[in-house]
Amino acid sequence: MSGRGPDVVVIGAGIIGAAGAWFATRAGLRVTVLDRGPLAGGTSGRGEGNLLVSDKEPGPELDLALLSRRVWREDLGEHAGLWEFDEKGGLVVAATDASAAGLAELTRRQRAAGVDAVDVGADELPAYEPQLAPGLRGGAFYPGDAQVQPMLAVAHLLRLARDGGAEVRTGVEVTGLLRDGDRVTGVRTDRGDIPAGNVVNAAGPWAGSVAELAGVRLPVLPRRGFVLVTEPLPPTVRHKVYAAEYVGDVASADAALQTSPVVESTESGTVLIGSSRERVGFDGSLSLPALKRLAANAVALFPALAGVRALRAYHGFRPYCPDHLPVIGPDPRAPGLWHAGGHEGAGIGLAAGTGLLLAQALTGATPALGLAPFAPERFDEGDPAP
Amino acid sequence: MNERPFDLAVVGAGPAGLAAAVAAGESGLRVALVDAGPRPGGQFWRHAEGADGAGHHDWETFASLRSRLRRLTAGTRVRHLPLHQVWAVDRAGDAPFTLRLTPAFDGATDEVTPAVRARAIALCTGGYDRQLPVPGWTLPGVMAAGGVQALLKGSGTVAGRRAVVAGTGPFLLPVATGLAAAGAEVAAVVEAARPADWLRRPLGAAAVPGKAVEGAGYAAALLRHRVPYLTRSAVTRVHGGDEVTAVTVERVDGSGRVVPGRTRRLAVDLVAFGWGFTPSLELVVALGAGTERGADGSLVATVDRARRATVPGVYVAGEATGVGGAAKAVAEGELAGLTAAVDAGRPAPTKRGRRLAARIARAERFAEAMHAAHPVPERWTEWLTEATVLCRCEEVTVGAVERAREDLGAGDPRTAKLLARPGMGWCQGRVCGFATAALLAAGAGRAVTAEDLRALGKRPLAAPVTLGELAALPEPPDPPDFPDPDTA
Repeated sequence: MSGRGPDVVVIGAGIIGAAGAWFATRAGLRVTVLDRGPLAGGTSGRGEGNLLVSDKEPGPELDLALLSRRVWREDLGEHAGLWEFDEKGGLVVAATDASAAGLAELTRRQRAAGVDAVDVGADELPAYEPQLAPGLRGGAFYPGDAQVQPMLAVAHLLRLARDGGAEVRTGVEVTGLLRDGDRVTGVRTDRGDIPAGNVVNAAGPWAGSVAELAGVRLPVLPRRGFVLVTEPLPPTVRHKVYAAEYVGDVASADAALQTSPVVESTESGTVLIGSSRERVGFDGSLSLPALKRLAANAVALFPALAGVRALRAYHGFRPYCPDHLPVIGPDPRAPGLWHAGGHEGAGIGLAAGTGLLLAQALTGATPALGLAPFAPERFDEGDPAP
Repeated sequence: MNERPFDLAVVGAGPAGLAAAVAAGESGLRVALVDAGPRPGGQFWRHAEGADGAGHHDWETFASLRSRLRRLTAGTRVRHLPLHQVWAVDRAGDAPFTLRLTPAFDGATDEVTPAVRARAIALCTGGYDRQLPVPGWTLPGVMAAGGVQALLKGSGTVAGRRAVVAGTGPFLLPVATGLAAAGAEVAAVVEAARPADWLRRPLGAAAVPGKAVEGAGYAAALLRHRVPYLTRSAVTRVHGGDEVTAVTVERVDGSGRVVPGRTRRLAVDLVAFGWGFTPSLELVVALGAGTERGADGSLVATVDRARRATVPGVYVAGEATGVGGAAKAVAEGELAGLTAAVDAGRPAPTKRGRRLAARIARAERFAEAMHAAHPVPERWTEWLTEATVLCRCEEVTVGAVERAREDLGAGDPRTAKLLARPGMGWCQGRVCGFATAALLAAGAGRAVTAEDLRALGKRPLAAPVTLGELAALPEPPDPPDFPDPDTA
């Protein structure tokens, strides 16, 4: 790095770093992306690639989801095929009258916020998903729920950024930040110092450690999830199908194991089965209780899956913030440092909007959404410790 | 599940597992012997019901181990669980190791035992054919040499009428002579290395005299059947429409690079490729035990001289610690069984242990010499074309993986797998893992590392298991105190 450094160093080559790098490059900034591992080696390569509007209550996160959906479809629309963008639609099902009523109430509020949500009667469910278990009490269909192949999305966004002049360096670990007083003026790495106009912390579940390098607190914690992958099947599950209880689980702050069924098929014919949530640090050991619950939940929704084999199980760590909102924007406690992360299990979908907002803010343009709800310093005022 | 935990669970009833179970059982341990096969013997002593050992090597050793096993299973010392596969080893139960089992295949057995609890575990999981793709290798009529051998041994089936046996290493010889003896015409044995270097090395054959005699026997058999033995040669292309009709054989130098102008074509309907073996390490890796690159370039379990893995209570014997043949595996298995007994507080048979350790050390020197003389040719990836299928489960071509590397920055196997899907299908990379690692390393101008192989060898589900079986897992022993969202 001789002479002037890049305008922006992005720490983390996951989906958030990749989207941020691409939009910043497109806005004319010179960008360097660093990652201590390979690209998408953390959370981004270990999820299902959801772009969901259905699982969000009206509020800042839903606003970000709607913005992201627009960005995926419009700004990034010409590349959609590269990452297998698929508007498969989401079907939420309710097993009890109470949860069906709760779901209808949610869709009413979501529609008011601009979400396309269709209430589905119990008798209409088989038309959406012929293999669903009988006896469900109702549901809702969200045509706007989509999916991408997240690894391909990361790799191609980074390639587009590189084609636009960005530099992507994997296997480079940031070990410290360069400072001029309070100001962050670049990064120190195991391969030398890189001065930069701005530094973006997009380190996913490790974002807290990067913030610590600047002496600021960012309460991002890992929330572990498992996914089961079946053998390839003839078409069995058409949409992304999940239980109404999922919304409650996502919003919960409980550290203990929670599971709610999320079932969908992929282009290759396999069925992906989630979801589990537990806060156990970065413990990567296989949890048979989690797999048991995933399998039992999936079979309860789709009885035909009972005889189907699971070929693979994997886990990932969602970057979790105590208030379930991401962190996007400049850190006033360390000028020059920006954060983009803490999207929990929704990071793939929310990356498009996040990258756009970040590039707008970095170039001094007015962001398409107000960043106040996502302010990094919001946890400083006496929030309950997670 | 209420019976008390076994002292030792042995996984695999091949040469190593049989010897381990018998040694541990005769030392007074209560042993569970879990195996996917219907009868003990593993791949090496695979046999049809009631077979008398014709065509098998060292059948006397097997017959002796089998009758000792029968005595032990007749009592309550050893419980033999055939037709079961271990899909996970659970460390969270009330015994140190709970093996979660599934039938070896659909309807394999009516008496399914879903779990076995044990205080210690001996992994004798063997290996499977290491495969190197070449253009045309997915045509019907192309088989792994081990598969051809298994058909011969298991049911006496001859997989073709006119065969070529190609690859490297001494295992090509029994496959070729086995085919010839069963009536197939063997057009050639195509060996990438120089002829039987391993027999000339003083540390090799001299240390294991039996092996030299064995090798000479095969050579005589090849002569008798008039089978040409082509060295420094490789089958670099397989031809055919619906099935194999011919192969291209080319001369190669010591690195595997093709020597131009020395090409020949052989008409065959069967190609048996033998490029050595890949140890089955799913359970070793899942248990967090250490692994390293072995003498033949495959990932192997790290063990001490007494066969202890790096995780307490875990022993490993046989091909999983390095491919070296059945005699080595039997000695290692016996030593693993004895070590498990000693660690469980039984008196130590020091003399026997020392003798086994010495025998294993000799066999290891022999195996190392053999692997050194028969390496996977360094430049074999140059035989591939863009269109060659690398992963047959997911139909991923060499070109797709190279594009993921060059255009998208997939420099390591895990990233390549997630971007281009090699290793994502039925076999979970068991067939294409080694080749994928080799292709990426070659593209980056570096050697394959243990880390590359570990990334592809990690399979938290060691075998496919149905969702119904998963759902039927017992509740965790100590349910945490929180409301269950699924009972709503």
